Amino acid sequence: MGEFRMPSLGADMTEGTLLEWLVRPGDVVHRGDVVAVVDTSKSAIDVEVFQDGRVERLLVEPGTTVPVGQPLALLSDEGAAGSTAPPAPVPVAASAPVPEPHEAHIAASPFARRRAVELGVDLSSVSGHGGVISVADVERAAAGREESATVAPVSSPAPVSSPAPEASSHARAMREAIAALMARSKKEIPHYYLTLDIDLHTSLGWLTSRNAGLPVDARVVPAALLLKAVAVAAAEFPEMNGHVVDGAYRPADRVNLGVAVALRGGGLMAPALVDADRLDLDALMTAMKDLVARARGGRLRSSEMSDGTLTVTNLGEQGAQSVHGVIYPPQVALVGFGRIAERPVALEGLLGVHPVTTATLAADHRVSDGHRGGLFLARIAELLDEPENLVGGRP
Amino acid sequence: MTAPTSVRPTTYREAIREAMREAMRRDDRVFLMGEDVGRYGGGFGVSLGLLEEFGEDRVRDTPLSESGFVGAGIGAALGGMRPIVEIMTVNFSLLALDQILNTAATLLHMSGGQFNVPLVIRMTTGGGRQLAAQHSHSLEGYYAHIPGLRVLAPATIEDAYGMLEPALADPDPVVIFEHGSLYNEKGTLPDPPTAVPLEGAAVRRAGTDVTLVTSGGCLGRCLDAADDLAGSGISAEVIDLRSLRPIDDDTVGASVSRTHRAIVVDEGWRSVGMSAEVAARIAERCFYDLDAPVGRVAAVEVPIPYPRHLEAAALPSAERIAAAARKAVLGDG
Repeated sequence: MGEFRMPSLGADMTEGTLLEWLVRPGDVVHRGDVVAVVDTSKSAIDVEVFQDGRVERLLVEPGTTVPVGQPLALLSDEGAAGSTAPPAPVPVAASAPVPEPHEAHIAASPFARRRAVELGVDLSSVSGHGGVISVADVERAAAGREESATVAPVSSPAPVSSPAPEASSHARAMREAIAALMARSKKEIPHYYLTLDIDLHTSLGWLTSRNAGLPVDARVVPAALLLKAVAVAAAEFPEMNGHVVDGAYRPADRVNLGVAVALRGGGLMAPALVDADRLDLDALMTAMKDLVARARGGRLRSSEMSDGTLTVTNLGEQGAQSVHGVIYPPQVALVGFGRIAERPVALEGLLGVHPVTTATLAADHRVSDGHRGGLFLARIAELLDEPENLVGGRP
Repeated sequence: MTAPTSVRPTTYREAIREAMREAMRRDDRVFLMGEDVGRYGGGFGVSLGLLEEFGEDRVRDTPLSESGFVGAGIGAALGGMRPIVEIMTVNFSLLALDQILNTAATLLHMSGGQFNVPLVIRMTTGGGRQLAAQHSHSLEGYYAHIPGLRVLAPATIEDAYGMLEPALADPDPVVIFEHGSLYNEKGTLPDPPTAVPLEGAAVRRAGTDVTLVTSGGCLGRCLDAADDLAGSGISAEVIDLRSLRPIDDDTVGASVSRTHRAIVVDEGWRSVGMSAEVAARIAERCFYDLDAPVGRVAAVEVPIPYPRHLEAAALPSAERIAAAARKAVLGDG
């Protein structure tokens, strides 16, 4: 018997609201399956389960807010050993189709949905008449639950007045979460900063000619090349890629590259490109577009929210010249790229004009020193100078 | 307003006539014109006797030219008069739509606020009297679409009397729809009768399970349907919009937020009309309160037929309204 708990979807998360169950008791689940939707202060996240098993009992009703770590459901081992257990799906955003758990739409009136949240009733357990759940069905289900009282919810139904928090309160909550995390970072992590101008003449020239023969949707933007270079370099610099847990540093054995995404309504998220160093360039480009779109649409997977090992912030074409970032705890480094701009550069005693970006590194002095940090940035520059080597993926 | 000292029996037709008579006695800028309003007493007898009392200058028979006499009314309004223009039916008013939309409703805007058009246009609307397709349509939605107009649909004798005075006092054009089936409605008016506010819908019957939103000639059918529904334990609230432009979203929204179900009843055609507008507003405002799709009962989309049984089948009836309400409350199953 195992427990499926409220996951931590980022170091800034202390509690989450269960929005929806995507499984029912009796369902067999496998590691990586999306089983629930959880609302953090940032957005609604599709939460994956990390073990195989059969759902024994759901402990928390939708609409309930519980602290990180509280059990949400009980899983039995049955089914895990079953012959049908497929290999655990690798959550590679690039190739894995985004699951569509909401295809199984429950027909319920808007008022019934609102009451279900208020009463903590799981709509999937309610049967409507004429194929549609109305508020009377929800209230009947709630009354029946109180009468039987055998499966009492772990916590009392949350007094949520509407299913979606007000946009303004959501924005406020996100701002508070960012404030808490960034303050914690600056309080705990002794940052040091390094800067390196990187000449992108070679790499952008190469990219332009590579894109020339491709349809628009297959073209790769410079940001993807920068991400790939950082990911490959990070795999070679374990002291830049990992987490500080309980005061001790644990290098990560893979590179899940956090990508800072500015949200349209304000605020910011840093979901991760899982195994970014192993993706070939086209797959990374696809994954990046997908990740940004889903971050802005509020449909991220839990592993993307919690598993970042190193974060990149890219100011893009409209941004400032450089960024000295704040490390995203418990990570230990953050790479920033300023705007790519044409700048005068000295070339063999002459002056030329090349596209240049200013790369910065903010790193945790408890884990690394400036010398290694400098080598890390230099390695990124070196990789970018031979862009053809960044095309392929690795097994 | 002081409490009325007594009531007196009257009809919808007489109430309008009385309101016009008092307006003309009170204000010599007020005059009536339209087809047959003088010697014949009006196509529906509303102005019977006014010519004798006020003379040909103030009760003017016009040629059969809606565009011409509505335009003349606009000119008179601009010149400082307070004309009441009667158009025999809303079907015929289409000949004057250019004057109403392009001149009356637009002039204040196009003159940079210099010229108000204090014109009142009364017209008959609706079917149910075997007058066939050219006299029976309900085109209120055409006018409620137009910014610059105020559009009223008195459904009761109190409103038929009480809306005229404030409509004449309005500095901008007002269109009043009188449903032809209401003229013979009997009832009472306070004595002395009083003006009523132009804005704001009225809850004509309170209920808890479903809101019937209607106006004009359909009010009586909705009240009949509510009686029928009460017999089967369904409590229907009936809202009379009274004003079709502007629409009182607050009253409708507050009701639907309590009953969680709404049926919009309109004698106009279903597509792209008043019922579509009201249903959309309910969906916009009350979406999270709705426990059933917003229902509509409207005219069948055909030219209104002449034969009695076909005409009855084409128009909203108490039976159709009650059936729609039952479906919303009880579900399909």
